[in-house]
Amino acid sequence: MIPELGNFSLILALCLATLMAVIPMSGAVSNNQLWMSLCRPLSSGIWVFMLLSFACLSYAFLTDDFSVSYVASNSNSLLPVRYKFSGVWGGHEGSMVLWILMLASWTYAVSLFSRNLPLDMLARVQSVMGIIIIGFLLFTLLTSNPFDRTLLNTPADGNDLNPLLQDFGMIVHPPFLYMGYVGFSVAFAFAIAALLSGRLDAAWARWTRPWTNAAWAFLSIGIALGSWWAYYELGWGGWWFWDPVENVSFMPWLVGTALIHSLAVTEKRGVFKSWTVLLAIAAFSLSLLGAFIVRSGVLTSVHAFAVDPERGLVLLGLMLAVIGSSLFLYALRAPVVKSNASYSMTSREVFLLINNIILVVSTAAVLLGTLYPLIHEAVYGEANRVSIGPPYFNTVFVPLMGLLALALGVGTFSRWKKTSVTYLKQQLGKVLIASVALGIIIPLVTTSSVNISAIIAMMLGLWIVLTIIKDLMTKTANKKNFFVGLKSLTRSYYGMQFAHLGMAVIILGVCMTSQYSVERDVRLAPGESESIGNYEFIFQGITDEVGPNYEAQRGTVTVLRNGEEYMTLYPEKRTYFATRTVQTEAAIDVGFFRDLFTALGDERGDGSWVVRIHYKPFVFWIWMGAFLMAFGGILAITDKRYRSKKPVPSALAENSGQGGKLAAEAS
Amino acid sequence: MATQRKQRMTIVSFIVVGSAIAVGLVLFALNEGINVFYTPSEVAQGEVPSGQNFRIGGMVKSGSLRSGELQGTEVQFMATDCLVDIPVSYTGVLPDLFREGQGVVADGYIDGNGVFQASQILAKHDENYMPAESVAAMEASGATCDP
Repeated sequence: MIPELGNFSLILALCLATLMAVIPMSGAVSNNQLWMSLCRPLSSGIWVFMLLSFACLSYAFLTDDFSVSYVASNSNSLLPVRYKFSGVWGGHEGSMVLWILMLASWTYAVSLFSRNLPLDMLARVQSVMGIIIIGFLLFTLLTSNPFDRTLLNTPADGNDLNPLLQDFGMIVHPPFLYMGYVGFSVAFAFAIAALLSGRLDAAWARWTRPWTNAAWAFLSIGIALGSWWAYYELGWGGWWFWDPVENVSFMPWLVGTALIHSLAVTEKRGVFKSWTVLLAIAAFSLSLLGAFIVRSGVLTSVHAFAVDPERGLVLLGLMLAVIGSSLFLYALRAPVVKSNASYSMTSREVFLLINNIILVVSTAAVLLGTLYPLIHEAVYGEANRVSIGPPYFNTVFVPLMGLLALALGVGTFSRWKKTSVTYLKQQLGKVLIASVALGIIIPLVTTSSVNISAIIAMMLGLWIVLTIIKDLMTKTANKKNFFVGLKSLTRSYYGMQFAHLGMAVIILGVCMTSQYSVERDVRLAPGESESIGNYEFIFQGITDEVGPNYEAQRGTVTVLRNGEEYMTLYPEKRTYFATRTVQTEAAIDVGFFRDLFTALGDERGDGSWVVRIHYKPFVFWIWMGAFLMAFGGILAITDKRYRSKKPVPSALAENSGQGGKLAAEAS
Repeated sequence: MATQRKQRMTIVSFIVVGSAIAVGLVLFALNEGINVFYTPSEVAQGEVPSGQNFRIGGMVKSGSLRSGELQGTEVQFMATDCLVDIPVSYTGVLPDLFREGQGVVADGYIDGNGVFQASQILAKHDENYMPAESVAAMEASGATCDP
């Protein structure tokens, strides 16, 4: 009964979404206030029914209703309750329900928080969201309904959730990731609505910015959680593999980052309008590409869902329809959008343009590397398979990020319209010298060895950090004292600086981890030990343990620091009852400056085991940096100019006078 | 009008320079980042240029896995497509789902003794999974066997 109710809710949501796609849009065209205002109740209705549907599916999971095929293939009566709940989105069908629920939540949120949006704009945005919801609901209902039943021969127990997903990281990672993916649909809907209405102005950029920031912040956290999960759950000690599925989540993030910066220019200066619209379309299209690649199985990946070519085709069709129609609309309407503000070669506009070019080029390179195996196969035939490994991605990506970090420092200092080169030299000369000098000295003193990569990364990281400090000092120089000055700066300014600090932290974390990690796979008999630096790892042997739905061989590794007992780690090798799948559980001592990572390999006779022992300096900083970025994005949303009730004068009018404003309030 | 044209030229030149750098990087990186896939039969026929890194896919031949008697963390096994067996040597931790009679994909090169020195062993975390490359290898050989 309950699953049918869930199914029925999905259908009702589809009906409401169809109404929403048609009525408010028609209202906006024919200027019918009543039709337009219907978008608010409709979006709350869709949200309620999606929530109900999600609740029904969760109920089926929590009550072990194995007559529902999806529950039977993704759960098991022995599964701990928290994983029964996360099992709701552990497979393809259920994750679609979560996906659409989030789409509906974003839509509802737009209708709630856009009180000062003109009604016709809101109506168009909501209708576009409605069309997207229709697409995904149809896809779910027709090809992957999670409420399908097997009433005859109902299985006595479920197949179990994939052991890899039985983990805290998997409870939180997909919701954040989907919030990010789906969130870009809001920026997309705003872009389409603006194209339709022909009102592609600074106000449009101001409305879009908080939503883009929010989606981007969610996506940042989602990607970071995924990387963290891979780090401790896959048991390889790596945190990024340039796996196709990682890449497809990373590409919308890169374009989203470009979009955030481009929106800043459009809001403040009224230029780059067409470009910004194109980025908004691209960010959402790449999210759809991600859904297609993960769910169709066209690329071999560790994380991909079960392969189903039929679903893949439908998703491909959905993706091409969205991309095709939006680009068609863009081609029709974008030339109408003209800008007439001028700027010089060293203005902030140009530095943000450089930012955009680097990010878009990086995205293109990642896209090429991800799809290259498919292209190669299509050209040379199925027998000639190739794979693109991390060396390709690192060779392309790392230098581009280096350039980005360099431009970042100058960009924050530059001013709109025109920045004199002398000013930049005077402001940044000392910062440049300091970051180069410290960048050489710090690695030399702390490690007493020369490592060019570490030195370059240290320089870039310091360059970003020192420009932030210098910028804070410049901005507060005219105030009574430093702290009064700090208080006078806007939240969006702090948001920008936190996000940039996050970038510096990530650069340092990535470089220190990749350059100074010590990774040993050693064969140890009980009682034998392995030393890394001042840590000694003593393998004490294996004991048998039994968990709720698995049995495990648990290793005991005593860690000594400087010869004194420091702690004990318990890496496990689990065998799950239902599937007989073997799963390595790493044991990690997390620290601010270093992680100690141990995982069990395989038994090699005579009681000895291969034990993976890693010393990973600064690995924590990678995720810390991502969280700083997300925090910056959220902080910028709380800026009071987004909350002000009174209409803000258009940025063009604001800046048309002589002498552009100081960059203080920018970004 | 002149300033507008200048601005447009600025944008265009940045894009041109940016894409030129990117194309250069991509071509350079593709050169070293690409791994061509070969089946054991192709390797035996000497189709692989010596010293080149590549991927081999096939099945782990039953009864061929040796580890206990070897030094350190080395393992050896035979990768087969039912026509030809290629000896593979790997040092390190095997993936959880590595098993005899199952599909395997390895990254590495052929050494002077005709042994495939693997730097990475891949196996997907799924019971019923056979790597696409293994499937291709079995199809290419046309042979069926119980490896």
